[in-house]
Amino acid sequence: MTGQPRYNLTELLACVAAGFIEDGRSAFVGTGFPVVVGMLAQRTHAPGLLIIFEAGGIGPRVPALPISVGDSRTYYKASGASSLHEVMSASQAGYVDYGFLGGAAMDCYGNINTTVIGDWAHPKARLPGSGGANDVGSFVWRAIYVLRQQSKRTFVNKLDFITTPGYLTGPGARERAGLPADTGPYRVITQLGVYGFDDDTKRLKLLALHPGATVDQVREASEFEIIIPEQIGVTAEPTDEQLRILHEIDPRGMVIGK
Amino acid sequence: MRDPIENSGELIGWHDPDENRRWVRENKSRAMTDKRTTVQEAVRKFVPDGCILAMGGFGHIRIPMALIYEIIRQRKRNITMLGKTAVHDIDLMIGGGCVSRVEVAYAFGHELRGLSPCGRRAVETGQVKVTGEISNAGYQWRFLAASMGVPFIPARSMLGTDTIKHSSAKIIEDPWSGKPIALLPACYPDVALFHVHRCDKFGNAQIDGIIIEDFELARAARRIVITTEKIIEHEEIERQPWRTAIPFYLVDAVIEVPFGAHPTEMPVTYYFDEEHIAHWLEVSKTPEGTQKYFEEYVFGVPDYDAYLEKIGGKRRMEELKRIMNLQPPSTGEAAP
Repeated sequence: MTGQPRYNLTELLACVAAGFIEDGRSAFVGTGFPVVVGMLAQRTHAPGLLIIFEAGGIGPRVPALPISVGDSRTYYKASGASSLHEVMSASQAGYVDYGFLGGAAMDCYGNINTTVIGDWAHPKARLPGSGGANDVGSFVWRAIYVLRQQSKRTFVNKLDFITTPGYLTGPGARERAGLPADTGPYRVITQLGVYGFDDDTKRLKLLALHPGATVDQVREASEFEIIIPEQIGVTAEPTDEQLRILHEIDPRGMVIGK
Repeated sequence: MRDPIENSGELIGWHDPDENRRWVRENKSRAMTDKRTTVQEAVRKFVPDGCILAMGGFGHIRIPMALIYEIIRQRKRNITMLGKTAVHDIDLMIGGGCVSRVEVAYAFGHELRGLSPCGRRAVETGQVKVTGEISNAGYQWRFLAASMGVPFIPARSMLGTDTIKHSSAKIIEDPWSGKPIALLPACYPDVALFHVHRCDKFGNAQIDGIIIEDFELARAARRIVITTEKIIEHEEIERQPWRTAIPFYLVDAVIEVPFGAHPTEMPVTYYFDEEHIAHWLEVSKTPEGTQKYFEEYVFGVPDYDAYLEKIGGKRRMEELKRIMNLQPPSTGEAAP
């Protein structure tokens, strides 16, 4: 095949991420990419998805991409315009199914760093910190991570700082620490493929490769060993219909690119 | 479980609940008096050097910018800032040399717009010290505890992470379930600053859109200064008292400042001034650019009205209203 590729990486990742959202559930979304994913799911297979924004927006009909998690667009024609206390409490009480997270680096148990590079007291680089990420990672039933630059620098053996909990040190560690039971990272989506977590060890496990990606690339782009099962799927390419909807959601290409 | 687990974050803004009750009894007037004042006077009186300060709003939403510019203009120093998703506010105040310490839920970033050159430079060079970490829900629940007059509130986030290790929370065994639980200490800021849609001269304030953390923060802070788009008659408050988000007895000062959130968003009223925010993010890449920005927009203008003229005046604000209302940009023809 020659010429322009039919879709770009962001479009592929958005379609893959949307595919993990079941209809009739609820999702915490931040700004940017997660809003696009939530809206795509709503406009395809999950029209009953309840979108909740951390700063208080509940069930909006998002008219244009919000720039901030408190943007007025996050409660446009919404069921509620509430408070951080209301939505975080609802999430702690079990009402929120999905949450999207990103980060500067992740370890094999799905713990994430968004706080510092280097020593905490004398950082080489200071990052924004938890924000609502730790709360989302602590409370939602199924956290979905999108880390579009998988490499030895982002998939690391040891994080400089665990900002947001994945499976901490392995099976049962979340519950032993006091986090709500049966929660944790569900899927990790990178530029190479889709991962889950092994039931027995809670370590990262490859589930599917994106079209054209290889197992060698996956191995090469990680400091820790990724579990590679015998059966590996291939992610579906975006359909023309999905691409059309993505451009309807983000006509100016703020998130998905031109 | 054994003894409580202590963590290493510095305890900021905590008071023994009885001490705070006594402080409230002696210092907070219950009288319905006219609290109108000026931005200059309010900052002089209620934002002393070395105070613990929190902003209402969130990130780039409903930030009391006139007060922030005045804090920079009065060269306040050694402020401990509560980084409850502090974004444009803390960035400017760090650039202005006003902040020496910050407790961080989210700071040094501008969400989708990128990281903050000014704030990061200050932390990475040691000019500003981070006293501890916390999450957004964690911070807001610290204010909730203070607003209730209880010493702490239990929560189930942050457990197992370095975020809690660097926080001032403690972990104990819940006496009912037997599971570990985080106790978040109450946080009483010395002063909190808010920008609201409407307020009467006594301080009864109405907020449109999401209230975010302002309900709890307004009840936790010892001193409260409110800037408002419009001062309304008390009768208007009485007609719909259920709309009062912040009641007068909490409030120490009221100032009418139309467009007082620029360049941040005033919910359902005017949108972010993205061009101005982008300008700040560009010039604040260097200390020289940062100083030039302040000379132009803070020290170079006597007050907020002059600032508004500088950023494009009424026409610019009308444009930001159009964007808020999802209307196309105006044609650019001269307004009558």
